[in-house]
Amino acid sequence: MAQLGRAALLIAFGLVAYALIAGSYAAWKRRRRLALSAQNALLAAFPATLVAAVILIVALGRRDMTFVYVWQHTSHELPLGYALSAFWGGQEGSLLLWLLVLTGYAGLAVWLNRRSRELMAWVVPVFALIAGFFTFMLCFVSSPFNLQPAPVDGNGMVPSLQNPYMLAHPPLLYLGYVGLAVPFAFAMGALLSGRTDERWIVATRRWTLAAWTFLGVGQLIGAHWAYVEIGWGGYYAWDPVENAALMPWLAATAFLHSVMIQEKRGMLKVWNMVLVALAFNLSLFGTFLTRSGVIDSIHSFSKSSIGGWFLGFLVFMVVFSVALIYWRLPLLRTKTKLESLVSREATFLYNNLLLVALALTILWGVLYPILSEAVRGQTRSVSKPYYDFFLHTFGLPLLLLMGIGPLVAWRRASLRSLGKTFLIPFAVAVVTGVTLLALGFGSSWPGLLAYTFSAFVAASIVLEFVRGRKAAGSLTRLISRNRRRYGGYIVHAAVVLLAIGIAGSSAYQTVRERVLRPGQSIEAAGYTLAYRGSTTISGPNYTGFRAQLTASGHGERFNLDPGMNHYTIEGPANEASIYHDPRSLGDVFTTAQVVNARTGTIDLKVYVKPLINLIWIAGFVFVGGALIAMWPDAVEQRRLAARYAAGAVPAGL
Amino acid sequence: MEWALALAAVLAVVAVVFVARPFLRDPAPASDRLDELAPEARRRLALAEERDRALAALKELEFDHRTGKVSDADYRAQVGPLRRRAAEVLRALERGEGTTHERITAPEERAGR
Repeated sequence: MAQLGRAALLIAFGLVAYALIAGSYAAWKRRRRLALSAQNALLAAFPATLVAAVILIVALGRRDMTFVYVWQHTSHELPLGYALSAFWGGQEGSLLLWLLVLTGYAGLAVWLNRRSRELMAWVVPVFALIAGFFTFMLCFVSSPFNLQPAPVDGNGMVPSLQNPYMLAHPPLLYLGYVGLAVPFAFAMGALLSGRTDERWIVATRRWTLAAWTFLGVGQLIGAHWAYVEIGWGGYYAWDPVENAALMPWLAATAFLHSVMIQEKRGMLKVWNMVLVALAFNLSLFGTFLTRSGVIDSIHSFSKSSIGGWFLGFLVFMVVFSVALIYWRLPLLRTKTKLESLVSREATFLYNNLLLVALALTILWGVLYPILSEAVRGQTRSVSKPYYDFFLHTFGLPLLLLMGIGPLVAWRRASLRSLGKTFLIPFAVAVVTGVTLLALGFGSSWPGLLAYTFSAFVAASIVLEFVRGRKAAGSLTRLISRNRRRYGGYIVHAAVVLLAIGIAGSSAYQTVRERVLRPGQSIEAAGYTLAYRGSTTISGPNYTGFRAQLTASGHGERFNLDPGMNHYTIEGPANEASIYHDPRSLGDVFTTAQVVNARTGTIDLKVYVKPLINLIWIAGFVFVGGALIAMWPDAVEQRRLAARYAAGAVPAGL
Repeated sequence: MEWALALAAVLAVVAVVFVARPFLRDPAPASDRLDELAPEARRRLALAEERDRALAALKELEFDHRTGKVSDADYRAQVGPLRRRAAEVLRALERGEGTTHERITAPEERAGR
């Protein structure tokens, strides 16, 4: 079976190598049949990769320990679902998943745009270049099909990965990371072919939105996993690998806004190319961080030999994209200028600068330990205060701009009309800020500002819907005729919920820790938690203990049972116990460790986190808004189809 | 082992046939030249994009005016230039009607050969 997997990967490698070489030659020499042949090679790479993926999945399902990869990441006791999730739990499997998603996306994107031959002739080799790297790694550097004499059992899976969220979090991140390859390939294809009109943007608009949505949801699910599973009381630790997913998401967010300026005003062509290249290269960098073992973190479970290759490819892709943009600068320059610094496009530009600044400061935070080790021989890392400072510096103005932007007209806005449109949101923000200050929320200025700005943004969104509905006649008509705009506003509403949830759960949280014997209690933010004693438990591949707590406060009475699991093969893991308060949307989060098993003494830690559930609710709102924005608009499809009637871009994904 | 190799061989053959398909289906084409837009067609495509932008800007201005985001004075100041721009682009497109989205294929085909 492994031989078939290896052969399938070799075939995929041959196909993408052909698509790269023959495709480039065909595009350069304008050979139609050769270009189609290269396109077919890229299309055929997906089923070949799928064969390899199915073989690895079957081996994982059967716990076939003759596969080194299966032995490294599973055990016979590991439940089937988690054994299958080992597909993306290790280096070789996750590279295979990257390739599978990439060839699938590439095949679909190429097929949907197959009639646009001039552009596709260069898009195919760009896709093939990326796929070529991954197939090379899988065939010659890091194969998932290495065999060995079957040992008795495998190494199992890290306990914290044995969580249902881990069945969704990594694949969603990969769908996002790899999805950014689509706008990148089309953008580079546009530069190579000299087709710097909007065709590539039209063809990839929904791909970018989909990739951005996957990346956003993937991060939220990862944050929820960290919150319920890791047991440190938080959901985002500025871990390098968490940052690795955040950076391309920020760059893609900037692109999604700035591309609207290109579509509406014909401006920022160079900037959009830079953002697409930045987003994709950051997604490659994210994979490099996750898989190269260059930075130790909770996610970097495996050290690997692929780091040098990956770094080389990353540098090559950065140079490749920068050189192409520089080469095509004359085609990308436009005559249109910004008419006013007080206009919708200007606020988008400010938003872009802040998003990119935030992404780059996070990048510096991630790179600093690596560079300090390389230069000084000592690893010096930046910590939470560094990231928090820049999150406040760039994030809070970004939040405010989210409310300002929609209220400002395109091209230019007079002070008089601004005063009129800003009156209500400004009043709401002032009343909110003053009330919160009076209630004692001034203990955290970033928290107070986040709440106040959120009120301003929420009011501006509501106002936009109310005025828009009045002008359009009905809410359905309003949204169906302006899906991108109003879908975008719903996404903004999700960000408001996120900001309130983050501010509440971090700036205004309460943390208490105490060593308790049975019968003793602890108090935190109006809750009293009484420790009754502990019990032992057992599962399919673990044993553990649970502290029995009875809690009361704020008119609620509930039980909690934090503890620890000891996995047979993998070792100990924290098991937090959380009470979700449906009225306040906050949580009481507890963890417990045994201090003295004989006397039943435990070390109990309690976190009271106000409004934290808004973060998870924001995820659903975010998906809803993104789906509305992505939903095809028949009128627009027809208009674009007419524009590109010859050699057209179908208005599909 | 043997069945795996046989399956791999089948996979390889199917892939090769699929890749060679454009040559197998069309062994002696009249032209093997890849489509490309002529400079004139590119200019017209740019005009079409400009037309769409101008019309969308007008629509947006109307909507913003109705929702109160743009005052009457601002609306009057902006609507004229936008309408003129849209009209200019439409006129430019009309002057070249019939070749707006001209698709140029092989030079031989253009020459009628």
